[in-house]
Amino acid sequence: MTNPILEIKNATTIVNKGTSSETKILKSMNLTINEGDFITIVGSNGAGKSTLFNIIGGNLVVDSGQILLHGQDISKESEESRTRFLSRVFQDPKLGTAPRMTVAENLLLAKKRGSTHGLHSRKLKQQMDELTAYASKMKNGLEKRMNTATGNLSGGQRQSLSFLMATLKKPDILLLDEHTAALDPKTSRQLLITTDERIREDNLTALMITHHLEDAVKYGNRLIVLTDGKIVADLTGTEKESLTTEKLYSYFEE
Amino acid sequence: MGLIVSAIGQGLLWAILGLGLFLTFRILDIADMTVEGTFPLGAAVGVTAIVNGMSPIVATLLAMLAGMTAGLITGLLYTKGKIPILLAGILVMTAAYSINLRIMGKSNTSLLGHNTLLKADFLKGLPTYYDSVVLGMIVIAVITLLLVFFLQTDLGQAFIATGDNEKMAKSLGIHTDNMKIMGLMVSNAMVGGCGALIAQSNGYADINMGIGTIVIALASIIIGEVVFGELTLTQRLVAVTLGSIIYRLLLLAVLQIGFSANDLNLLSSIVLAICMMLPQLSKALHLDTVFSKGDKVHD
Repeated sequence: MTNPILEIKNATTIVNKGTSSETKILKSMNLTINEGDFITIVGSNGAGKSTLFNIIGGNLVVDSGQILLHGQDISKESEESRTRFLSRVFQDPKLGTAPRMTVAENLLLAKKRGSTHGLHSRKLKQQMDELTAYASKMKNGLEKRMNTATGNLSGGQRQSLSFLMATLKKPDILLLDEHTAALDPKTSRQLLITTDERIREDNLTALMITHHLEDAVKYGNRLIVLTDGKIVADLTGTEKESLTTEKLYSYFEE
Repeated sequence: MGLIVSAIGQGLLWAILGLGLFLTFRILDIADMTVEGTFPLGAAVGVTAIVNGMSPIVATLLAMLAGMTAGLITGLLYTKGKIPILLAGILVMTAAYSINLRIMGKSNTSLLGHNTLLKADFLKGLPTYYDSVVLGMIVIAVITLLLVFFLQTDLGQAFIATGDNEKMAKSLGIHTDNMKIMGLMVSNAMVGGCGALIAQSNGYADINMGIGTIVIALASIIIGEVVFGELTLTQRLVAVTLGSIIYRLLLLAVLQIGFSANDLNLLSSIVLAICMMLPQLSKALHLDTVFSKGDKVHD
């Protein structure tokens, strides 16, 4: 039985409002995200993929429509407030980590995602073993660099850390915004495999934007195609399982 | 010797300014011009309070409160009003000039015949100039310990993260606007307090005493960084104080070789410019190679 976590109802976003270049980005979009969904999202540039993430994440407020979390309207909630249920990995490895802070310090911050920050000691040393064990899950040597400033890590390690930070405190919804696009093919492949493992093992609900159709077909249990601010295909079950890259490409030619 | 002790005492007192600016300039990564208004604001509030019969401690705390308010205004203009930080700071700095004149009622107020923190009982009996050294050491020790404690807390880490990567900080639920406002308030409270202490040390408050303070604060920070190199955050706080003392000793040296006190702001800017250009100068003049000769094997 499906259990909706997030529902987007008739969401419309407009840019350059009131000017001659006024444009609708999302057009009365409806989308229900169920618990355990791993949704891959594809679409042309400008189709509204990032805008969709931005309205879920609270970086952008919908001009009309609603966003419901477990039935409660969160459309007006700030980005910071929404982090109590949501985490996000950006395309650029530099965006997800604090470069002058160490790997351990970054992880500790992520552990407190969505919580208030008081004048309590951060207790880094006491939590070091736990954080190191967590870092070792990425299987790329990150656990050996716990005291290294993240600015000194390779792009791959830094993005791995971003992913770890997004999943350290289990989010209700994980947004992956082309999170492997800036990495070399090998590192990108490794991170994608680890991403899939973590999502399955931790039973995460995730949305992943990708421009690689084969990845969109291969990963996830549901696939969405966005065109011109609308969902033109929402494939699950056997439809998703039997999908081929060629068939998916045909959506871009229509 | 007396002049050197005096320079160390001044360096310690002025280090409060450097530590205040360190919070915004190095941790939040913003250039806050408010300090040029907050420093004389603290001096004006402190001196006026003392002249009106308040105890020097209360007067200094009031100066900190005034500085904190100025920081709050800059913070609100910057975060809520979306005014660029440089302009927000300049606006408050300019406004503070009028406020300072209103507080003092004139452009200069003397503390002659009034009590100051430097005349506290526990400082009596010390040799000349040692009063500011002892007072400076106590104040700096307290401030440094409080900052070290704060920066190791959850709130302190959220504050550091805001300056390091605001987008990431937001994505972790850190209210970055609040962090910036808090940083500007704490920083300017320290600068206001420093203004009050320097006024008490000098024996007067002057409407123009804020001119060049940002350069002095930056000099403390940057000299500390250039001299001591890569350090931990706690060590960097100590380096700011040592940088402030070195800066005062440098000024003493240039005055000793015959420069006029009127040239101080020019000299401060030159010292700071040289320190900030040192990495480029070092590269251009191949100083790295010269300094490392004998230490490394060259191809």
